[in-house]
Amino acid sequence: MSEVNDKSVEKEESMLLQKQMIADHFKALSKAKENNKKVVYTFVPGNLNELIWALDMLPVHPEINALQSAMRKKSGGYILEAEKAGHSEDVCTYVKCDIGMMRRGNVGPTGDPLPEPDLLLLSYTGCFTFMKWFELLKEEYNCPVVMLHVPYQAEGKVTPQMRDYVVKQLKEVVIPKMEEISGNKLDLDRLGTFLESSGRAENDLVAVWESAKNKPSPIDAYFGGVYYIGPIFSAFRGLPEAEIYYQTLRREVEERVRLGLGPVTPDGVMKQEKYRLVVEGPPNWTSFREFWKMFYDEGAVVVGSTYTKVGGYYSEGFRHSGKYPLESLAEYCLGCYTNHNLSDRVGILEKYIKDYDADGFVINSIKSCNSFSAGQLMMLRELENRTGRAGGFIESDLVDPRYFSAANIKNRLESYFQMVEAKRGGRRAPESTL
Amino acid sequence: MDCYIGIDLGSTTTKAIYIDADEKILGRGITNSRSNYDIACQVASEEAEINSRFALLKRWVQADVTLKAVSEELLAWLEAKYKLAQHLKQLTALTETCLADAEEVKQAKEWSHVPKLLDQIFAQMRTEAVEIFLPNAKSRSDFFRDMASSGFMAHVEALAKNDSKLFDKLIAIYDRAILKVESRSYASGFDEYIQWACEEVVRLPQFKKYEAQVREVTSRVSALEFNPLNTIGTGYGRQRLPFPKEQIRSEILCHGLGAHYMFPNTRTVLDIGGQDTKAIQVDAEGIVTNFQMNDRCAAGCGRYLGYIADEMNMGVHELGPMAMKSHKQVKINSTCTVFAGTELRERLSLGEKREDILAGLHRAMILRAMSLLARSGGIDDEFTFTGGVAKNQAAVTALKKLVEENYGTRILNISPDSIYTGALGAALFAKRDRSGEMAKLDLSKLTKKVASH
Amino acid sequence: MSVKQIIDECERLFNDLDFSYVKEWKKRTGKKAVGFMPVYVPREVIHAAGMLPVGIMGGGADLEIIKGDAYFQSYICHIPRSTIELGVSGKLNVLDGMLFPAICDVIRNLSGMWQMLFKDKYVKYLDLPQNFDKTIGGEFYKFEMRTLAEDLAHLGGEPVTADHLNRSIQLYNDNRRAIADLYKLRAEQPHLVMTSEAYLLLRAGIVMDVEEHTQLVRRYLHDVTKEKRHKMDNIRVVVSGAFCEQPPLALIKGLEQSGCYIVEDDWVLGARYIEGDVQLAADPYESLAQAYLFHAVANASKYEDQHEKGAFLVDQVRRLKAEGVIFCAPSFCDPALLERPMLADALTREKIPYTSFNYSENTGQFSVFKEQTGTFADSIKLWGHS
Repeated sequence: MSEVNDKSVEKEESMLLQKQMIADHFKALSKAKENNKKVVYTFVPGNLNELIWALDMLPVHPEINALQSAMRKKSGGYILEAEKAGHSEDVCTYVKCDIGMMRRGNVGPTGDPLPEPDLLLLSYTGCFTFMKWFELLKEEYNCPVVMLHVPYQAEGKVTPQMRDYVVKQLKEVVIPKMEEISGNKLDLDRLGTFLESSGRAENDLVAVWESAKNKPSPIDAYFGGVYYIGPIFSAFRGLPEAEIYYQTLRREVEERVRLGLGPVTPDGVMKQEKYRLVVEGPPNWTSFREFWKMFYDEGAVVVGSTYTKVGGYYSEGFRHSGKYPLESLAEYCLGCYTNHNLSDRVGILEKYIKDYDADGFVINSIKSCNSFSAGQLMMLRELENRTGRAGGFIESDLVDPRYFSAANIKNRLESYFQMVEAKRGGRRAPESTL
Repeated sequence: MDCYIGIDLGSTTTKAIYIDADEKILGRGITNSRSNYDIACQVASEEAEINSRFALLKRWVQADVTLKAVSEELLAWLEAKYKLAQHLKQLTALTETCLADAEEVKQAKEWSHVPKLLDQIFAQMRTEAVEIFLPNAKSRSDFFRDMASSGFMAHVEALAKNDSKLFDKLIAIYDRAILKVESRSYASGFDEYIQWACEEVVRLPQFKKYEAQVREVTSRVSALEFNPLNTIGTGYGRQRLPFPKEQIRSEILCHGLGAHYMFPNTRTVLDIGGQDTKAIQVDAEGIVTNFQMNDRCAAGCGRYLGYIADEMNMGVHELGPMAMKSHKQVKINSTCTVFAGTELRERLSLGEKREDILAGLHRAMILRAMSLLARSGGIDDEFTFTGGVAKNQAAVTALKKLVEENYGTRILNISPDSIYTGALGAALFAKRDRSGEMAKLDLSKLTKKVASH
Repeated sequence: MSVKQIIDECERLFNDLDFSYVKEWKKRTGKKAVGFMPVYVPREVIHAAGMLPVGIMGGGADLEIIKGDAYFQSYICHIPRSTIELGVSGKLNVLDGMLFPAICDVIRNLSGMWQMLFKDKYVKYLDLPQNFDKTIGGEFYKFEMRTLAEDLAHLGGEPVTADHLNRSIQLYNDNRRAIADLYKLRAEQPHLVMTSEAYLLLRAGIVMDVEEHTQLVRRYLHDVTKEKRHKMDNIRVVVSGAFCEQPPLALIKGLEQSGCYIVEDDWVLGARYIEGDVQLAADPYESLAQAYLFHAVANASKYEDQHEKGAFLVDQVRRLKAEGVIFCAPSFCDPALLERPMLADALTREKIPYTSFNYSENTGQFSVFKEQTGTFADSIKLWGHS
């Protein structure tokens, strides 16, 4: 029996807003060349969006193209295309999907061809593959690359030397290159204005995350969460549109809290919150709906997730600020989730489980993404020991449909939910087993 | 009689267990899983009911002052004749189905003799069946399909020795028919079969003088009504079971509880089945506290052995005994199923002995299981090993050694009925799940549903 | 000591997963030992702190993985499994610390696992810069090295003074020269210097005291020229992609037996990572930084900032008159496998033939690889190349 009602889903205002924003952005991209706008390809984690806007350039995020391709069921073909061109079956499918897409005409999610990059801005943050990805794109597009090396928080902290290293690269390498390509001079005050705007939107986003402390939670912080991070992780951080979006979203969520409503799912509002979970790892995109359904059909709500922190660690207090713009950008890059060491990652999950009163946690281990996945089995055990809550472990891939076995995942999840239930039964109502 | 049913729909076999209100096992049933899940589930359940009736019959016969003296022999004859009745019923259905098909086939002139040939074959198979179903007959398969197929094949091979076209024709008819026959259950007519068996048995000189008592006890067991209060389904194919969601449990939970029932001190369970391997931790009540399953890679499951058996051109049941002959185990590096095949061939070409390679392969497979066990939280005392591979002595030996080396001394439990662990857990959940008691599974409805297919 | 004795000794060190050499060294000197993963660490700094740098290249072909697999999913390469296996089974207790240089996300995360698993041991992730500007990446790297030196002093090592460090650089310069001579001789007379021998010499070098190793290589070079070894009709190849997880020794031997003289390779790359001498200077950290920034070999773990992708490999092929390239990388190795298509394109542009396969450190079957490289060698012999 489905735990959601059958009412046809009403699109919320924030959803419509986001849709419009995306459509406008892709329109702007398709006209970039005629409007003489320079296009920067860059990655989500550690992206320098405010800087891109401050120099009047336009950003394209290849990971987002890849996941959009997956949701439109095109990634499988793209990946095969890349493998035919000599890429190994063993490596990241985001990269292969992107390369396959490019080789097949580089058509974006709205159906318009994407403009070729004028610059590849390699924000090398928390993921080794990013480096190879842009080396590969450089070969394909034959365009300049600028590398921003963001050191890893191996000791669980940002040292002044790490910050200085990033700031120096921004000042002496990244900004000069971007100025050269864009033909514009950077105005630090203008950059500051964008950063301040980012900070405001981030405040509202954090309020949305924290609403999940309510019971029932008005949001799903993973499956719903990936929509909420859309604007701030992609092209819109720093723009007034993002501020409006997050104000709207926050209002909607607060209203849901007032009405005591659960999250909105593709099948309507969830009726009963049976399990509160924390999820580690990116989602699968090729069967996103089916994957989500396996959770909401069982009454499982995700109240906290780490994937929604890959493009910014806002719930831990970081905000972009215009006061020291370059330092602020450096701090942001250094703080992205996968740039934290394993012990910190376990710590943040533990905190979510406790603060959000979760029944347990699920790790979605992604074949493509070693940055996330290597060490997750140890995180699983460590977290179980620290919290005493049940951990579930499932495996899938980002955009490779060959690595999503619905039966296998459903089997594990069901067993997991029943285990949580049985444990809870044993703890709370022993007479029910008589 | 009130009872609770657990059904485990596995990838190769479907198992059912009946338990009573005191959680005592009444009976077990097993059948081969087939394309029609509903039927597999129904057959297993009916077999379990029959098994329950025979268990009661046995109790009553042994308790009967008159019958006590001949109880063993009598029960053996009744069961054999019962099975024969059921077998013949299916054989009749198979004959009719084949002949109906042959009616069309014989329109072509060259095949006009096919119905006669089929008649001939089936008549012989009926005669042979009587011999096969004697109390002390040598072991036979539990499944009609296996027996009918091997019998039919033997006759066709003899008949169409030099005529491959005819051979193909007959086999094609048979293949179509067996599928149809398999899509129906022949287990439900207990009354009919036991009465027939009773008539056969009382005719035997040694039971002549007990005729009245035999008739009485068989009709008593026949009249007994089972009243299933709740049914729970589990297993790999549980999503395909015609049950509402409340009556389905994951096989992890069922395995945990089933193992706990069989060995109450169990804390860690390892199940190596055909399709997957599970490492399960349970608490003192048999409730699962942690589990791990193998990932996409099949290296650690039964299929790995199947693959190796194919590579070596051996039966999968021959692998364990051969590996036990090894004195010098070869180290196999590849835990990958595909690479293991290549490595195997390379080792053979280097002149390594088959038994030594096999010993290495068994160890490689158990190593995979060890890593799953470690992921799930290690091995606590007592440790229960279930699934088809638990019957493989070489695998058990390798497991014992590795457990000892890595975790110290652990009590290792292996039940001869371990194949029923999941079904048993499901039956216990059926009994314990109060909410489920409301939703009884009506097997007659299921039968109707199947019949209307 | 004959060539055979030298190589036997190297093989003993290579096979010894109990690290008895390290144990004896520690006992003899009363000093400490620090382990490091592939690809590159500035061993000079460890040496200058009076410690023995010990290369941990996984568990090799014969280590049975019992616990290590429990930590990693099936799609992750093999070296972290065997390294964890060595760690949790106590074989690395002899090491007082462990360095994890920036290779890829797996080794990076392994550093975090190590921190959590071995709380009483010194663990450092060595973040090698991907910015190659002297005042930016160079300064950052100098700070990383200084931090390492301070950490080692805290750990009970000697304070790393400029003099100490210069002396260590000198010793490693000597070692690099000896190894460069070994590779030069192999390229000139590949029938004389068997690849498996060169490999074992390199492997011994990451465990042994550097001076002792330099002497060993020199003695080998002296003695091997006296050996009578026959020239074979082999092709000359460069092997690329094996810089981290190492191929089994049997695979290395197999490549040679299949008809390939290996004239250049990238295994045990750390020993040959810096080309030429590191300068002795008032600020030796500056010298080490400059060597890393400007005189290091091209490598998939390092951002290619200065040259065309593949130019380094093409140059090796041309310079050493190689006839083809064998891409030989560990399964699931992100750096090597993502790099491979770019290198392959560069070779194709230059009409240099290549063949590719993947292995794991415990691969147990070689006939397929030998068949493949043998066919590759035959095709080059028959039809030649550009």
